[in-house]
Amino acid sequence: MRLLPTCPCFLGASLLVCVTLPLAAGGGANASQSRPAEINVTHVPVVTVKWHHVETSYLVALWILVAGLNSKLKSFFPESALLIISGFILGGIVWGADKAQTFKLVPRNFFYFLLPQIILDTGYFMPNKLFFSNLGAILVHAVIGTCWNAAAVGISLWGCYLGGAMGNLQIGLLQFLLFGSLLAAVDPVAVIAVFEEVHVNEVLFIWVFGESLLNDGVTVVLYNVFDAFVSLGGEKINAGEIIKGIVSFFVVAFGGSLIGVVFAILISLLTKYTGKVQIIEAGFIFVLGYLSYLTAEMLSLSAILSVTFCGVCCQKYVNANMDEKSVTAVRYAMKVFANGSETMIFVFLGVTAIDTDIWVWNTGFILLTLLFVLVYRFMGVFFLTWILNRYRLVPIELIDQIVMSFGGLRGAVAYGLAASLDETRIKEKNLMITTTLIVVYFTVILQGLTMKPLVKWLKVKRVSPTELKLIEKVNNRAFEHILAAMEDISGRIGDNWWTRGWKRFEDTYITWFLMKPEARKNRDYLFSIFHKLNLEDAINYVTEAEKRGSLAFLNQTDGTIVNFEKKLRFSGVMPDIMSELDFGEKSNISDIKDTVPSVSLNIHEHEMKRMNEDFNAHHLLQQHLYRSRKNHRHKYSRSNFSINQSEDEVQEIFQRTMRSRLESFKSAKMGVTPAKKITKHPKKDPNHKTTDKSKKHPYGDEDFEFSEADSAYSGDGGATGGSSQRRGTYTMGAGVENPAFMPEMDTPPPPWVTEAEADTSVAPSQGAQRYLPWSPRNLHRLAPLRISDRSTDSFLMADAPATEESSEESPQQPSQRDGTHM
Amino acid sequence: MSIIFWLRRQDIVILHNRFNQLSHNSDVLRREDLRKIPDLACNPIQSQIVEAFFDERNFKKGGEGSVQEIGFEEFLTVMSYFRPPETHLTAEQKEEIRRTKMRFLFNMHDTDNDGTITLEEYRHVVEELLSRSGSLGKETAKSIADAAMLEVASISMGRMGPDEFYAGITFDHFLKILKELEIETRMNIHFLNMDTTFFCK
Repeated sequence: MRLLPTCPCFLGASLLVCVTLPLAAGGGANASQSRPAEINVTHVPVVTVKWHHVETSYLVALWILVAGLNSKLKSFFPESALLIISGFILGGIVWGADKAQTFKLVPRNFFYFLLPQIILDTGYFMPNKLFFSNLGAILVHAVIGTCWNAAAVGISLWGCYLGGAMGNLQIGLLQFLLFGSLLAAVDPVAVIAVFEEVHVNEVLFIWVFGESLLNDGVTVVLYNVFDAFVSLGGEKINAGEIIKGIVSFFVVAFGGSLIGVVFAILISLLTKYTGKVQIIEAGFIFVLGYLSYLTAEMLSLSAILSVTFCGVCCQKYVNANMDEKSVTAVRYAMKVFANGSETMIFVFLGVTAIDTDIWVWNTGFILLTLLFVLVYRFMGVFFLTWILNRYRLVPIELIDQIVMSFGGLRGAVAYGLAASLDETRIKEKNLMITTTLIVVYFTVILQGLTMKPLVKWLKVKRVSPTELKLIEKVNNRAFEHILAAMEDISGRIGDNWWTRGWKRFEDTYITWFLMKPEARKNRDYLFSIFHKLNLEDAINYVTEAEKRGSLAFLNQTDGTIVNFEKKLRFSGVMPDIMSELDFGEKSNISDIKDTVPSVSLNIHEHEMKRMNEDFNAHHLLQQHLYRSRKNHRHKYSRSNFSINQSEDEVQEIFQRTMRSRLESFKSAKMGVTPAKKITKHPKKDPNHKTTDKSKKHPYGDEDFEFSEADSAYSGDGGATGGSSQRRGTYTMGAGVENPAFMPEMDTPPPPWVTEAEADTSVAPSQGAQRYLPWSPRNLHRLAPLRISDRSTDSFLMADAPATEESSEESPQQPSQRDGTHM
Repeated sequence: MSIIFWLRRQDIVILHNRFNQLSHNSDVLRREDLRKIPDLACNPIQSQIVEAFFDERNFKKGGEGSVQEIGFEEFLTVMSYFRPPETHLTAEQKEEIRRTKMRFLFNMHDTDNDGTITLEEYRHVVEELLSRSGSLGKETAKSIADAAMLEVASISMGRMGPDEFYAGITFDHFLKILKELEIETRMNIHFLNMDTTFFCK
């Protein structure tokens, strides 16, 4: 029955096709030889199918669509491999239809239209701090590693050729070197595509990634130099030419980077002064980025380096200057372009394989090339890492080195360079193209496929067969943290005179030059964290509250939430839940919403009962230990920009330490015994996001710390450095209750609340707090709320007059102070 | 037995520069100076690590308690716990080095200096290490610590009588439990290298 409505459509469509196809076929046949206007028009065409007009674009777009929907197999196959295979299929189809490959990846199209946006995307999303602190290692690998690869592969192939392994070829040493140099470079597109699947630690990631980007400088130079040598012929090469080659390396590399920086400055200035045209300013970034690529290309400098540095340098200022919406728009657009280009590149790489014109098979050449490429990559990486490890505080392990070597994938850049060889000078161009294609397929498909299992196998091998005891696990992790700390204390590379000097210079001059004045003011690091977290919290809270209804917290009758309610009466747990809800990322809000209450409550119940259950504890431990720096996974990905999870942890740790520090600072000042343990507050008080900026206190942290510290020292109302209004609120506010929410105000708090360790402070509803800043009348509750054990769900309180609450609460303060949570 | 630390002259110079940098060219280093290191603030157990620098037990002079400020000598001494293992040591020297390093770790846990890591202290450590970005409550962290302590108790003391009370992990227990941990190879930073040019106590 469903088909009925569609039948007419089908019929109509097929009729249309049948009628117009002969026309088109006839027209098409003629069109290849004559202008369309010369077709004999016997009647007025109502509809014509101009297939040939749109053929190319249509097929490309269609195929991208199909390729993009290939994600089902993605868990098993790396996407790039899938795309190449789709390309094979497409190429087969086109070749079958046309008997000739009409769809080639023309190098010019590749280099000018497909590559720039990918590189711009990587530059724009590059983790700058990581990149620059590892820049030395990256450069070593990029420059020395690539030169080594090029030279070793070229010379070994030449040696084998002389040894007769390849039969008769019209080729010389220089051409071998040229070939080696175009194959030497690790390809950024391929690397990202594969490393996206395999999550490695951030140092390893940035090394390979940075290397793949920066080695373009070397590749371009080597390629051009050897190309020139080949045209000059072997005899004319003397020391002068070689020196010129070396000089050209520096010129190309630094020139390219300089152009990138210049364009980055242009972009930043542009965004600084075009606050009024927000829609267009997003477009400027792309245009200027592309121009930087073209400019460098025009001057025969390294275009990839130019675009990379353009993205790297401008990201900070652009993100600060532009409106949030524009920033989001730019980020999404970049990802879309980059994804599209990458898909197209891989598909085309597959398509170009199905072309009998280029295929020249020479077993020796091809196999030897493959072998040498792999072997020399491993050798190069191991050797260079061994050298670098001597200067590193915490050395790179063997497994990481293996992954790094294995991740040296060749990709479309190599193919592009091979296809742009001059066949008059290089007779064996087709052989080289064939070999390059095979190397590319091998590395992308095979190495991409096996990378994940390899990593798993290696890591699994490392883990000791016996299950570690809990204490060992804890200690292991503590150990890694200790090592990271010692690294920091003894001064890592990133924290020396140069970096500090540069930071100072940058903060004073460059930001003044390139950033909008308002943006500069908002750059306070902590403030921006709160801002971001608050936004997320606010959104989460609203979404969640809307789903449940605003009074849902009270009216739950669900079995799973029964405990929820019960615990509500005993201060503190509700806020705990809420605070945990807030940690979910937006996309997970529903999951967290559903799982958190039951999970956390059940755990609570069970943990009290079954404390001897190791497995539970093990599991929890495994999940929740803070990750040490070694284990930080960096998530750069082509398809999403979710926050790196370890960043949340880092922020959390940072906040906690700041809090405790200020607490002890305060205790030292006030001479009061500090709380025995470090209080745990998942978030900093979002109070600072007040509507009136005047409230923003330079000692932002301290203000809320004082609130906490205050409550810990009962009766202590004064606060140094706080504004007087705040000070007033401390005395009043410590333990502000929300009577509407907590009817049993006078029941004594349950045992676990008044434990000796008075720091079972549970933050009140984060959600509640969030609303408070918006209403000025609630300002007085801001600071202490966090430590109240009652949840002040201001969602409910929004209408209740705050002032009378506070006044009625204040007389209860002293009696409640000891019981309430600090 | 005092361990002889072999430090290269240039390492000492580097560390001295670092010391000056951290202490702003004064002769003594305080806790606040260490806490100002930005990356350190992102370390969950930074407070313990900072304390370790000011803990007299780590100065190898046999003292106890903590000090408010340290000089370069003490700084070097604490850093030297992280020297890489030497190749030409006798077995007992290796054992001694291992004990020293383990002692450092133990001191980090045992904050009240009574020679045992009590349940409270261990809980504290576990809490520090546990991320709160999951659905954990404080109770959970505590129970994990409790479970760990129970494990240790059952290993170290076998079956305990109904009224026996496990006070805490003593240093020997600590050594026994963590004998799997290859502390000699892992607890080192390649900063301090092995040349014999300088005798540092």
